[in-house]
Amino acid sequence: MFNFQQAASALGEVIGTLAFMAAIVALLEGVLYLVLVRWRHVRLALPLMLVAPAALGLIVFYIYPLLWELNVSFTKMSLRNFVIPGFLGLGEGKDNLFVGLQNYVNVFTGTVLKETTFWQLLLQTVIWTVVNVTLHVTGGIGLALLLNRHIHGRNIYRALLILPWAIPSLISLQIWRTEYNQQFGAVNQILGLFGIGAVPWLSDRFWNFVAMIITNVWLGIPFMMVITLGGLQSISREYYEAAEIDGANGRQAFRSITLPLLRPVLIPAILLGTFLTFNNIAVPFFINQNQLETSDILVTGLYRAAFQFSRYGFAAAFAFTIFAVLLIFTIFYIRRTNALKGAYE
Amino acid sequence: MTAIAQPAATSTRRSLASRIIGRPTRNQDRPLTRVVVHLVLIVASVIAVFPVIRVVGVALRPGDRLLDPNFSLIPPGATLDAFRHVLFDTALLQWLFNSLVITMGTATVGLIFAATSAYAFSRYKFRGRGLGLTILFATQMIPGIMLLVPIFLLAVQFGLVSTYRGLVMAYSVTAIPFSVWILKGYYDTVPIDLEEAARIDGCTEFEAFRKVLLPLSLPALMIVFLFNFLAAWGEFFTANVLIGSREDLLTWALGIQRFQAQFQTQWADLAAASIMISIPVVVLFVWSSKFLVSGLTLGGVKG
Repeated sequence: MFNFQQAASALGEVIGTLAFMAAIVALLEGVLYLVLVRWRHVRLALPLMLVAPAALGLIVFYIYPLLWELNVSFTKMSLRNFVIPGFLGLGEGKDNLFVGLQNYVNVFTGTVLKETTFWQLLLQTVIWTVVNVTLHVTGGIGLALLLNRHIHGRNIYRALLILPWAIPSLISLQIWRTEYNQQFGAVNQILGLFGIGAVPWLSDRFWNFVAMIITNVWLGIPFMMVITLGGLQSISREYYEAAEIDGANGRQAFRSITLPLLRPVLIPAILLGTFLTFNNIAVPFFINQNQLETSDILVTGLYRAAFQFSRYGFAAAFAFTIFAVLLIFTIFYIRRTNALKGAYE
Repeated sequence: MTAIAQPAATSTRRSLASRIIGRPTRNQDRPLTRVVVHLVLIVASVIAVFPVIRVVGVALRPGDRLLDPNFSLIPPGATLDAFRHVLFDTALLQWLFNSLVITMGTATVGLIFAATSAYAFSRYKFRGRGLGLTILFATQMIPGIMLLVPIFLLAVQFGLVSTYRGLVMAYSVTAIPFSVWILKGYYDTVPIDLEEAARIDGCTEFEAFRKVLLPLSLPALMIVFLFNFLAAWGEFFTANVLIGSREDLLTWALGIQRFQAQFQTQWADLAAASIMISIPVVVLFVWSSKFLVSGLTLGGVKG
């Protein structure tokens, strides 16, 4: 039932927090105005003042926590040693949490979870990311090409095909999870119609991973479809008309006109899609319900290490190792594709 | 294309342009191709919609037939009991209210911060601009859980656990980078001449932004608001870590996990709640999907 008193206190707390943030921003802008405009007469005062609130937010909620986490990664902080560590956790006697690079060594040599190693999680994450992104992109481009034709009911198809993206993913994940039930779930019942026996989607390590991929492909195709559709609509018809005069056939035109002109749209979208897939914790977490360790990818392993096993120091080191993996990939990808060329202009 | 340049053959054969990028003046597909295209789209649509149909069917089932292998939208003996039960006997409305307040607040704040700083990144070359863009990009790469570990530990240290204070601030800030990225891309496509004309007419720098550029960027602003809204609306992990232990503060994302505790008896409740949570969001999303295409991709297309 609805409790008005609780609702009022929730509303008050949120408004109070927003007012607090507004006050901080007003203070910041006031100081910047006095310093930049009144005192130093800086010519580009406006952009600095516009960026300042966001910059402060990012410093407080990204940069400071990450530096703090880096510090924690050199300590043995955990639920048993729940001391907020100072610099490198150095301290006297029992308060001395400093363990040097031991956590990083443990990430690579020991087990990250109960029995799963870092290398196994890495392999699973790579398979997970490559399979998902490949299917997202091919499925998205395929559907976008079909939707971009002159067909009846285009808008209806588009609205229906966008649904997996529109439904809150927490909801659709709950639905998928129940549909994978070996006995009562719809997936096995439909497979049964084709004479295929019940698949143990939730209990078998291989099939559970397949179930995660099926679900995430279902979730991710609409995003790529919408992006591709936008890209297709920006391609001028004149290119194709010119190609036709030159005698090109459909496949040649697709390879030499459509794909190259989709590149500026697709390259950043694929990079973003890779981040979203690599960092996707919700799908493995909810499809697997934290049961099979073999279905974990790196980020769900990190969640367990931090919030289930409460090994904070180890989890921090693990987090920076994961970040390094992603960073190496990103630098390689950007070098190869020049993905961010337009953004810095 | 003039009449002379157009060879007679194209009137009977489909032009290359319409075959690949579509949108010809009339449908030139052969009947067989047309059937295949529709068939593929229908199959894809059914797969996309199937879980939704299932969930409606389950929500309407009477309590004793929850596990029937029945795929019909309106099952035999359909009843609204589950909806009634969820609305009046559980705290769903409370959870939805909590989610709505948090989401509206943080999406608005995130949009304001992002809209202003994206303007600076799009129109000015100031010191630290390149660094700022790199940091904004890098934040997209950071796994959310990597950030959640220190945020949780710091929130414990500063007493921000089990209140909305930490959550609201965290949501507002984490919405900024992606929003700035999208908005900067969109601002870049709006010619600067309009703002310069406004400056000549006596506007200040900030007025040129507020009165000229902002109204022109409405599609992108709406998309960014929608994205911020959806991100906070369906967020689970941060909320779970920061307020998961306080029953009266739960958002719907945390609350519906309570239905799962005894999954078989509460499957209809979960389905009914899912429908009520999803309908407003889906309507909003599908309605704005025509802005979605332009708002998301314009920034990338210009290159």
